[in-house]
Amino acid sequence: MPLSRFAPIVILFLALQSMPASAQLTVEILRGMAEAVPIAVVPFGWDSAGAAPWDIAATAQADLERSGRFRPLPRSQLLEFPHGAAAVDAANWRMLKVDYVAVGQLLALPDGRFEVRYELVQVATGERLLGVSMPADRAALRLASHRVADTIYERILGVRGAFATRIAYVTVAGPVTARSYRLVIADADGANERIVFSSPEPIMSPAWSPDGRSLAYVSFHSGLPAIYVQSLRSGEQVRVSARSGINSAPAWSPDGNQLAVALSRRDGNVDVYLLTLATQELRRLTDDPSIDTEPAWTPDGRSLYFTSDRSGAPQIYRLGVGAGERPRRVTFEGSYNARPRVSPDGRELAVVTIDRGAYRIAAVDVERGTMHVLSGGRLDESPSFAPNGADVIYAAREAGRGVLAVVSIDGRIQQRLAASAGEVREPAWSPFLH
Amino acid sequence: MMRWMPVLVIAASSLWLAGCPKKPTTMPESQPEAVAPQDGSGTSGVGDAQLGQPRDLPGAGAGSGASAASGPPGVTSVIYFDFDRSDIRTEFAPVISAHARHLAAFGAARVRLEGHTDERGSREYNIALGERRAQAVRRALLLQGGADGQLVTVSYGEERPAVEGSDEPAYEKNRRVEIHYGR
Repeated sequence: MPLSRFAPIVILFLALQSMPASAQLTVEILRGMAEAVPIAVVPFGWDSAGAAPWDIAATAQADLERSGRFRPLPRSQLLEFPHGAAAVDAANWRMLKVDYVAVGQLLALPDGRFEVRYELVQVATGERLLGVSMPADRAALRLASHRVADTIYERILGVRGAFATRIAYVTVAGPVTARSYRLVIADADGANERIVFSSPEPIMSPAWSPDGRSLAYVSFHSGLPAIYVQSLRSGEQVRVSARSGINSAPAWSPDGNQLAVALSRRDGNVDVYLLTLATQELRRLTDDPSIDTEPAWTPDGRSLYFTSDRSGAPQIYRLGVGAGERPRRVTFEGSYNARPRVSPDGRELAVVTIDRGAYRIAAVDVERGTMHVLSGGRLDESPSFAPNGADVIYAAREAGRGVLAVVSIDGRIQQRLAASAGEVREPAWSPFLH
Repeated sequence: MMRWMPVLVIAASSLWLAGCPKKPTTMPESQPEAVAPQDGSGTSGVGDAQLGQPRDLPGAGAGSGASAASGPPGVTSVIYFDFDRSDIRTEFAPVISAHARHLAAFGAARVRLEGHTDERGSREYNIALGERRAQAVRRALLLQGGADGQLVTVSYGEERPAVEGSDEPAYEKNRRVEIHYGR
């Protein structure tokens, strides 16, 4: 098979200057789709002696299954093990009632790296839908597996996959009087945890920079809250706001040059400000005696959504960042709507709402003003969109413990991610990283 | 002085009965050398003038004193709030007055006002709500004789509950401002 038929994709492995975390997240699918796509992911061939350095197919298959949108054939039910599209006999796979077959092989390159080759075949037509070649370091084979799942997901569903992304979150362990806070990042499947920062004082509000290379967050480790920006590659931590009063809720502008933040400063009145990172220039965006906080940018960078209780209870407002703009109320259903996050296409908000006495995650259609509740917990909070807009990750409480949960934007698919110890909160899904 | 003391004692004891805060609100034992200030040294507040004769609050009985390093003896240092509210409930007005007079009496006293919320709702909104509660206490203290330089606020939102638990009895004890002397 000529190499030129494979579209090259280069994987960079970004080494983190941090320690592995001890508490591993485990993922459990609570509800999938009845019409999930049946697919076979055949174990990849391995061209060299000994065991293959990574089971690419197993990781990719787990991704597809976890998404709730695919129903992979269990490996034990495979009858043949082709490694290339040419060896896939569509008639045989039709009998197994799968719609697609993914095949591939892992090759050892002379320079010590590897090549991941894979193809996707549509069983009904016998058509070859994908042919990809991807070089990868040994340390990047897990990431390469997620990329395999991403391209299969996109080719079949028409939506870019978000398996090769990361999540940031805060873990808390220990009794009230001796807490241990950690800011952690992990792969989207919960594997590969790394501690970014830890402190006995609260850590809050992690936010990914648009390039995925830094996190902004709030830490109380100095005794007072301040906003920090930390590079994930170097570990360098820069304090960007330690003003009098609260320094909270950082949100990166889409160009990465500014943070929208909520400050109370000397007068104690919580308002939204724009902080230009390079110059430290601060511009006040709201000026209202009520609470204005939790800014979230629209994808075009021209407006912000934020929470305000100016009507007497928390509701979502939208404000242009240009001079002289006035906030416009966006949510009208319900007595409590807070903490907006904007979908990648800008059409929907994920918010925290009170639904029949419980705090739940809801999706708001910005244009129509309609709202539908996505989650079913009692204390759900901190929603964050996957970069492909297909899923929302959020924090929930289960038996008094903080866990993470994922729900599809239509509410039909639910997963839970629980830590092996302690509690997990404030998830933030990374942008696409490649 | 006698017209004030009973009010405070009742307010403080009713707190213990009604709120049953798990976290003790007793102030540290005052040092033996601490002496209540002389007449007139703590009477600058507006409320004081109207009510007449107030000095810094003496302890209810023998052996108590007052100092800049701790709050007014026998007075609670925790103010509780209603859900999503930051206005000071009337039952806490005497508590605020007592701390304000204490701050006026001891110019060297420094206070850290820590605002807290219950765990419900959004964390960042709760940081803002905790700040608003701390600011409400700060403003009340300033109005009644505290000085700006004596007070600093910090909001922990829902991050530092006084008691754990996801029910109303726990929530009531977590919606609070703690007044910490010495910073």
